[in-house]
Amino acid sequence: MLIDVTIIVIKVLAVIGLVMPLAGILGWIERKGSALIHDRVGANRASILGFSGAGLVNTMVADPIKFITKEDIIPRGADRLLHTLAPCINLLPVLIAFAVLPFGDVLIVGDREINLQVAPLGVGVMYLLAMMSLGVYGVVLGGWASNNRWALLGGIRGSAQMISYELPMGLAIVSMILTYNTLDLQEMARAQGELLWGWLPAWGILYQPVAFVIFLIAGIAESKRIPFDLPESESELISGYFTEYSGVKHLMFFMTDFVEVIIVSGMITTLFFGGWQVPYLSATGFEFPGDTAIALPHLLVVVLQIAAFTIKTVFFCWFQIMIRWTVPRFRYDQLMQLGWLGLLPLGFVNIIATALMILATQD
Amino acid sequence: MSPYVFFPLAATIIAFALGVVLNRHPIRSALCLAVTLFLLAVVFVFLDAHLVAALQIIVYAGAILVLFLFVIMLLNLEADVPLKRRRNMTLAASTVGVIFAAATLRPLFFGAGELPGIGLEAPVDAAFGSAEAIGHRLFTHFVLPFEITSVLLLVAVLGAVVLAKKRMG
Amino acid sequence: MVPATYFIALSVILFVIGAVGFLVRRNLIVMFMSIELMLNAANLAFVTFARQQLNLDGQVIVFFVMTVAAAEVAVGLAIIIALFRHRETLNADEVRMLRW
Repeated sequence: MLIDVTIIVIKVLAVIGLVMPLAGILGWIERKGSALIHDRVGANRASILGFSGAGLVNTMVADPIKFITKEDIIPRGADRLLHTLAPCINLLPVLIAFAVLPFGDVLIVGDREINLQVAPLGVGVMYLLAMMSLGVYGVVLGGWASNNRWALLGGIRGSAQMISYELPMGLAIVSMILTYNTLDLQEMARAQGELLWGWLPAWGILYQPVAFVIFLIAGIAESKRIPFDLPESESELISGYFTEYSGVKHLMFFMTDFVEVIIVSGMITTLFFGGWQVPYLSATGFEFPGDTAIALPHLLVVVLQIAAFTIKTVFFCWFQIMIRWTVPRFRYDQLMQLGWLGLLPLGFVNIIATALMILATQD
Repeated sequence: MSPYVFFPLAATIIAFALGVVLNRHPIRSALCLAVTLFLLAVVFVFLDAHLVAALQIIVYAGAILVLFLFVIMLLNLEADVPLKRRRNMTLAASTVGVIFAAATLRPLFFGAGELPGIGLEAPVDAAFGSAEAIGHRLFTHFVLPFEITSVLLLVAVLGAVVLAKKRMG
Repeated sequence: MVPATYFIALSVILFVIGAVGFLVRRNLIVMFMSIELMLNAANLAFVTFARQQLNLDGQVIVFFVMTVAAAEVAVGLAIIIALFRHRETLNADEVRMLRW
């Protein structure tokens, strides 16, 4: 009993301990990456004893200190309770969504099997969708409770955008459910360990390239980043729904952005790129096509799986950040058109095609 | 479900449900309703209805209530008339409500005794409340209601578009 | 262990709160939310009975209730927006041209 609780606590701490620093590092990648693209130097002022770590000290040490020591301003006429609650409501559902992402297969210690997933839920994908759909509350409340017209406009835009893009995202997930025939994310990750024609890893993207494109676009729109950052577009709305936030609350909105990028990347990895699967790596070691096998100790296999999941996730985080600095912002009507007239019908067609394929190939 | 979990949970649910009715500002009412629905989803999990619990959050908390919030913010609603100014109606409605609750609760606790059925302690197999089981029931026994529901949704979509559209010309 | 009776009692209380809210409040949107509360009270009763009888039909009915609620909200909120556009009010007492 006590050991079970300890294991769960360790898993939770490990996931949080990985996600939060990663969010900070993404901030650094974003700044330095944008500086590279813009051909300028980027953050390099802060240093500890002359060590600036190429700007890492700036984003990981100086920025948090600055945010924490700033004055917390609540505008006059604002709803004080909701103004304070909104950043927390924004961050919480995204963080607890990580509970169902499998970051490895089972780890066997003695006679105990530890599932490397914080909460092994039978309805895992639905849970993810549910938590993503709760993310809109923080945006709406932050916009409304600030008593500021720009913030309100940002909140309204945000809620409309997030409801609209939840639908294509849900449709893409439905076609993945059809493909894998399960709602359990761990089962999905395991199913992607098989080989097509004896040599090609059967990752989700090979079955569902269209669903991947829909999911990627909808995921970026859900995390409200350029080219879909209409809720906070600074040239029109100052900073959108978090215009009136300062200090730690602003930092929380800021962090939520990056945590959302990480969860979307984690979902893409799990659904379309094999999750924790390393190509040709099974529970006992590498088994290459053509009967060459390298046996590996169990612990090393698990470490490789966790590393594979982390690397894939970080890659898609980097990919999203590169998109942010490459593509210009959509107009609002273009955003709505893309969602309702482009992605939604495409998603439906994809589901029907998937269902027909399954019907045709099954005996 | 252990009483140590049930009673605090039920008390919180009732408190937030009262918040829906008693808050003067619609936004606060909507938030209280969101919390109520979320906690009801937690109760559903304890009752082995995992899929229904997930759907409850996705459909109710994630879509329906966000739509409410969206409309409230779009129309920029002000706070409602305080209940004090409508004392007669409040009194009458509350009395009727209390009588109804008493009339329903009395036989539950002092009348017929236990409800018929196996009871909540009976063991369930893992498939109970899963997507497979519900889907199977839905597409065999309930297939006609299911199809009718899809027509209902189509009508609702068309109705909403027609009603909310600005008149051209 | 808590018997099913307590869950049904919770459902009854939620239903009554919703019903009284519908009668007492005059803001159309809040009245609408009270209806949602009543629907959810019914859902709770359905799920409780499904578990108590070990019969999945209760959970399937909840599925239907949710669909109907979604349809109802889509049309209802569209009507509310149309009404607000014409009358600039959402007070149910001020909208009574069709009342005798």
